[in-house]
This record gives sequence, structure tokens and C-alpha cells, in this order.
Amino acid sequence: MKKLLCVLAAVLFTSPVFAAGGGGELKNAEWSFDGPLGTFDKAAMQRGFQAYREVCSGCHSLNYIAFRNLADLGYNADEIKAIAAEYEVEDGPNDEGEMFMRAAVPADHFPAPYPNENAARAANNGAYPLDLSLIFKARPNGADYLYSLLTSYVDAPAHMNVPEGMYYNAAYSGNMIAMPQPLYGDDVEYADGADSSADAIAKDLVNFFAWTAEPAMETRKRTGVAVLIFLVLLSGLSYGAMRFIWADVKK
Amino acid sequence: MSEKQFSNPAVRWIDHRLPIFSFLNHEANEYPTPKNLNYFWNFGSLAGISLVVMIITGIALSMSYTAHVDYAFESVERIMRDVNHGWLLRYIHMNGASFFFIVVFIHIFRGLYYGSYKAPRELLWILGVVILLLMMATAFMGYVLPWGQMSFWGATVITNLFSAIPGVGEAIVTWLWGGFSVDNPTLNRFFSLHFLLPFVIVGVVVLHLVALHRFGSNNPLGIDTKGPQDTLPFHPYYTIKDFFGLSVFLTFFAAAVFFFPNFMGHPDNYIPANALQTPAHIVPEWYFLPFYAILRAVPDKLGGVLAMFGAIAVLFILPWLDRSPVRSGRFRPIFKIFFWLLLADCVLLGYIGAMPAEGLYVLVGRLATVWYFVHFLVLLPVLSVIETPRPLPQSISKPIFTGGGAMAGAAAAPKEKV
Repeated sequence: MKKLLCVLAAVLFTSPVFAAGGGGELKNAEWSFDGPLGTFDKAAMQRGFQAYREVCSGCHSLNYIAFRNLADLGYNADEIKAIAAEYEVEDGPNDEGEMFMRAAVPADHFPAPYPNENAARAANNGAYPLDLSLIFKARPNGADYLYSLLTSYVDAPAHMNVPEGMYYNAAYSGNMIAMPQPLYGDDVEYADGADSSADAIAKDLVNFFAWTAEPAMETRKRTGVAVLIFLVLLSGLSYGAMRFIWADVKK
Repeated sequence: MSEKQFSNPAVRWIDHRLPIFSFLNHEANEYPTPKNLNYFWNFGSLAGISLVVMIITGIALSMSYTAHVDYAFESVERIMRDVNHGWLLRYIHMNGASFFFIVVFIHIFRGLYYGSYKAPRELLWILGVVILLLMMATAFMGYVLPWGQMSFWGATVITNLFSAIPGVGEAIVTWLWGGFSVDNPTLNRFFSLHFLLPFVIVGVVVLHLVALHRFGSNNPLGIDTKGPQDTLPFHPYYTIKDFFGLSVFLTFFAAAVFFFPNFMGHPDNYIPANALQTPAHIVPEWYFLPFYAILRAVPDKLGGVLAMFGAIAVLFILPWLDRSPVRSGRFRPIFKIFFWLLLADCVLLGYIGAMPAEGLYVLVGRLATVWYFVHFLVLLPVLSVIETPRPLPQSISKPIFTGGGAMAGAAAAPKEKV
């Protein structure tokens, strides 16, 4: 047992969670998807999706998400078709060998705002707006990190010189970020009349990106509960069976 | 092998020509096993099952994986999103590697404590160290396959170690890469080898089992079994005990897979590999951290590489470093203290491996590295000579001394080596 504890301790304390060097200051918030039984907040995800479309998608792609995936947010097949139809994607080549544009269908992925990285950099002062599909999992403490990053555009301390084309962000490692402040409050108008302060929109976006990073999270946790119940019962049963079989063995 | 008479005529017919049933009966049913094994003896079977789990999930994953620098990362995300239960397969495989190493590390430290490497089990131990080396190679190459930032930079750092070899180092690295940097040829060959090596491990595991069944398991007392009163048939006593151990193991494993699947991973590996952007800290997977700490403890590149491989090399010669005839640490009062110090040292090395190589960490890492080698190369040989072991019991079924048993036990101690 002692050994087991030591190994567990080794796992815990050598984990990158303890090793990562962030640099920025993070705010803490409560999230519906936290913890072993956490679930997605569909209303918040829909609002986050709207905010992504109206605020983020001008620069940031969402490569790993297809329109059909939006069913997870609670949209029905017709709504998804309608959303997809608002986008144009490149298809082809056609019979004449030409590429052509057509309206997107649910099977298509979200089209990226730029054709390639060079085009993206050229349009953004040399900075590259990242794909946001996995951003939630690609940063330590993803939820609090994204929330803090979106809401920590504050005035730079007097002694700091912020170069042209850079912005001061208290949560960002090194504090100099190339992304201008994206949220000011009332950046989107929510149909459900929900709070549209910068803080609330940031949280909605975090809910949305938690889903884009791992759409199977709810299934995973739900399956996990059933599997754990089964395994705990199996452990109990096999322990009983073991005691029964070993009962006649003299020490 | 004695032929057993089976009641089923078909089984009897086959067994007479191909004694597979006699073999199974002999090795998995009536196989005499010491009756005093504690739960630390569960970890051998757990390691074997972990290997099978890794091979099954790995084969399933390979059906949807694309080993190409332009598609590898995306194909893994496709597995996570679009393959039926792909997320489950991948999380089992990803966490399975960590759990495999947890199980194997416990298995190794059990062997260290109870002297399972001593005569006549030296080859059994050496085959185990070979398995550990193969596992490390396999795990390293597997971690490269998702082609995230840590995959790429981990591969770059580790393959570059070979450039420390004098004279031919650079040529060897180019040969390993199949080019002048970690690139598509590297990814392709790592995938190929990552697929191959687990089956090589299976082969060595078979040899490990053959060597094990030659003399049977060691036991917590470290003394030989003296007859049927000391042993139990493997089935049902140890099949059920291993099954219980497996259920508990799977409970912990499932908790990680379903609720903390990314806890032992690194967030940077969800960023696609980028040769132009080095991560702030390149950290290997946790199970390599003690070795990484030893590598960095030596200021010289070649010296560091030699020390890191030396940390495994000392395990190969361990049976001849520890000459004490008493196997079990239970009867070795001084050895026991140093065993726990070694375990603490390895945990400390793991911690140092995760920290940046600066300031106090460097000093502590060097001291811990020195201690690791001193333990094996100095303390164990010296202890074999100067330590007075406590009296050994006469046999497993008579662990308590009667009358002059204590003296008799002490006198009998050297015989245990036979």
C-alpha cells in the first residue's frame, strides 16, 4: 500500500499540471462541465456559438467542427440545414475541371476565414489567429484560461511599453498579445435576452469551446458512471469469491 | 511434461498428438504457487493484461490513424470525434500507457524489495529489464504519433541524444530521422516500429513466463518452497486472486479514462506540431521523468546519455551486485531502509525531471542521481558483506520458530541461494 501511495504521489506531483509555467494571472469561475458529473449547458453553448460567429469567426477557424455536430447544441435537422446554408464552401472540380462555390450542407465543416496561414498572417499584422476547435484542451486549466484571457484586457502598468499592434492582457503569458480586445459588452444581441456583458459573453464562449474541444465529453462521463458502478460491484463480488475459495487455506 | 488423462475423448485425441491441454493444465491449472504471496504479486498478471489491452486498442486505433505529417493530428481528432467510440479507444490507449508503467514500476520495486532477481531467477529478472527497455522505446514512439507539439519536440530532443555518440553521432541521428530533421519519414518509421515492438514484447513476455515457471514465483519470505504444504495450485486460488486484483485495477483505470483522461497528458500535445515554434518547456511523459532528470543531471551531453542508459544498465547486473544470500527485504534490516530511500530517490528524480533545469533543481537532481548509482554500485555490494540478516523461517508453512528454530533458520540461510 505504501508503495502504491508513493507511486500515486509520483504521478500527482510530476504531472505537468504542476510543471506548466503560465505567467498570466487566472480568474476562477464555476463551470457546468466541471467535475466527474459535469454536463454541457446547451443554452450557454448556443449563445457561445452565436458569439463565435459574430465576434471570433472573422479571424479564427473552427476546422474540426462540422455543421452536423451542432445537433449537440440542441439544434434540430432543419435548423442545422438553415445554419449551414448561410455559409459558402469550395467544392469541385466540376465536369469542366473548375472549382466552384456552393452553399454548405450539414456534412461540411465550418469554412476557415483565411485560405492558409500566410493569408491569415498577412491580414493580421503578422500574427496567426489560431484554430479554436481544440483551444480549450490545448491550454492548462482551459476554462479559466480562456475566460480570463477574454476578460483581462486592462490598462498596461505605467512602466510597461506596449508596442504598436500589441495589446496588454493580464492573463496572457508575457502580457503582450497580438489579438485586440474582442469583447466590450453588448457585442452580440442574444435572442433569449440573456446577459450580454463582456463577462457573460466570455463565459458563453468558454462553454462553446469546451464542447468544440471534446464533443464526446458528456457521453464519456455518463458511460464512466455506469462502468464504475459495474466495476465496483465486480470488485466486491470477486473479493467475496476469493475469500470463499481461500477459506480452506491454512496460513 | 506428464500427459494427463482427459475425460473428453476429443480433447484426449488432440492432446495425445498436440499436448496443448496438458501444457495448459500444467502451467495454468495445477502449477504450484507459493501460498503466501501478497497483493504485490498481482502486478505481474496486471502488466500482462495491460499489454493485451494496449495491443487490442492499438490495432483498432491504427485502422483510423494516418501516419503522415499533414494528416496525423487531424486523423487523431477524427478518431476522437467521428469514429464510433473512438474517444474511448484513444483514451484507453493513452491512459493505458501510463497505467502499464505504473503497474510495471510497482512490479519492479516488488522484485527489488523481495530479492526476486536473485539466483536462480537472474535471467527472469534480466528478461524483465529487456521488457522495460522495449516498453520505453514503444511508449516514446507512440507518443510521437499524434504529431502534437510535445510529440514533435519530444522526438527531436530524444533522437538528438544519439548525436552525443562520438564520431558517428550525427550520422546516426540522420539515419534515425530518415532526413535532416524529424519529419515525415521519422513519423512513418515510428508508426511502423510502434506497431512492431509490442509483439516483440509479447515474445519476451513468453520467455519471461518460461523462466518464471522454471522455479516458480518468489514469495514474501524469499525462501524456497519445500513441498506441497507450501504451495497451492494456481487455479482456482491465484486465478481468483488475480481476477480480484484486475477488477480493482480496472476500477482505477476506468476512473482515469472516463473522468480524468488528460490528467497525465500535456496540453501542448493538443497543438499541432510546429517546427518553427519550440514549447516553453519540453517535458517527456511522466514515466520518463526520472530518467530525464538523470540525463540532465550530468553537465556533459555524452555523459548524460551514458548516465541515463546506465540507470537501466545497472538493473541488468543487479543480481551480481547484491550478493546477499537472503532474498526478502523482510529479513534484511539495513537493506530495507535503503530500499525505501531508493524509492524516495526515484520519486524525487521524477519530480526534478518535471521541473525546469535551473537553480536548486539542478543540485538536487545531481545529488539524487548520485544516490541512485551509489545505491546499486556501492551500497548493495557492501551490504551483502556487512549486513547480518535476521533469522529465516524454516519454511513457508512454518513461519513461526519453535525452540531453537531461530538458530536453525540463521544457519539455513546460505542454503537459500541454491
